[in-house]
Amino acid sequence: MIRSEILKDIAPILRDQLVVCNIGIPSQELHAIDDQPSNFYMLGTMGLASSIGLGLALAQPKPVIVIDGDGSVLTNLGTLPTIGNNAPPNYILVIIDNGSYGSTGDQPTYAGQKTDLAGMARAAGCDRVVEVQDVDTGKALKEALAAGEATVLVVKCQSGNAKMPVITMDPVVIRDRFMKAVAG
Amino acid sequence: MELNELLPGTAGASLKGTPMNIDKKIADDFVANGVSFVTTVPCKQLAGVIEEVDKRDDIFHIPSNKEDEGMGLCAGAWMGGKRPAIIMQNTAIGVTLNTLATLIQYYRMPLPMLISYRGELREPVACQVEMAVHTKALLAQLNIPTYHFHWQKDVEEFDNILKYTFMCNKPVAILTDANFWGGYGDQ
Ligand SMILES: Cc1ncc(C[n+]2csc(CCOP(=O)(O)OP(=O)(O)O)c2C)c(N)n1
Ligand SMILES: [Mg+2]
Repeated sequence: MIRSEILKDIAPILRDQLVVCNIGIPSQELHAIDDQPSNFYMLGTMGLASSIGLGLALAQPKPVIVIDGDGSVLTNLGTLPTIGNNAPPNYILVIIDNGSYGSTGDQPTYAGQKTDLAGMARAAGCDRVVEVQDVDTGKALKEALAAGEATVLVVKCQSGNAKMPVITMDPVVIRDRFMKAVAG
Repeated sequence: MELNELLPGTAGASLKGTPMNIDKKIADDFVANGVSFVTTVPCKQLAGVIEEVDKRDDIFHIPSNKEDEGMGLCAGAWMGGKRPAIIMQNTAIGVTLNTLATLIQYYRMPLPMLISYRGELREPVACQVEMAVHTKALLAQLNIPTYHFHWQKDVEEFDNILKYTFMCNKPVAILTDANFWGGYGDQ
């Protein structure tokens, strides 16, 4: 499976949750598949989805699901110790590990080579780290929501992108409707 | 103990070198303005205020590993209903430019940035001057409202700056130099 197929698969689970989604094609795909006010689309700032989601999970009690990418986690590796030492039970970090910088043309990342993101998350102090294959994402995500414990979910999948339109919504609109969904 | 603490009639915060507790005043102003989520990356000058923030029950203190990461935490906390702040050193300005432009400013979020202004007057380490000479220019290029605390009494403005930040939903920089923090002994 490629990322867009996984997102289609888990869209019914994501629909009712607060979601912070990674820059580039991941956000474009989620937006096209099932746009929701409870989705925070990143339009820039590669790497910070996991941090934004962590701040959000710490600030309020609703579950927060971050849809991140292997390349983005690699660019902000300092996030893993901060998650490992602080993440509250309502925090779920899903790393779509397609082994590539998908949005920029599928250039390989080190996560697709010798580097093991799940191992790095464990070493950083994350207690509940689960690695699954693409087809098992929905099941693992439901388990994470029920776990009552912060989860880092590494989803191994193929590299590739669906052709989706760029998000043209104003960032302040994205942010404002998201904050209403958080507060609602 | 400071010399002028020993002199009669000089108690209080009015004389240079007299310890008005600026660490405590800054933490008090954070609390009074509802700032309850603070992330930090240390600087020698900031050690006291970080310790003070860490002690406060009304503030959740979360150290971050890099300043752009910290700004991401602050963005999330603000969308979750908390008022955030970051405490950092000016040498990190460069690594935060993209985050300031494409996250904090683009989505219009408030962020008070209490920044130690290394490389200014009374700085003992020459290398620190190399980022100091770019600090105000970079902040100006980003149209970030910027205040510079040089004297201890400048801290009186901190409360107003916090109110201003959460009024306009912008990142705002408070540069605090070595003189403000009382120097490094007399180097
Ligand atoms: C600072 C910065 N560097 C590079 C880019 C270009 N860029 C945008 S998305 C992306 C790839 C992200 O890869 P990953 O997080 O693995 O997500 P994927 O698209 O593979 O799901 C890159 C390199 C950027 N936007 N910002
Ligand atoms: Mg990837």
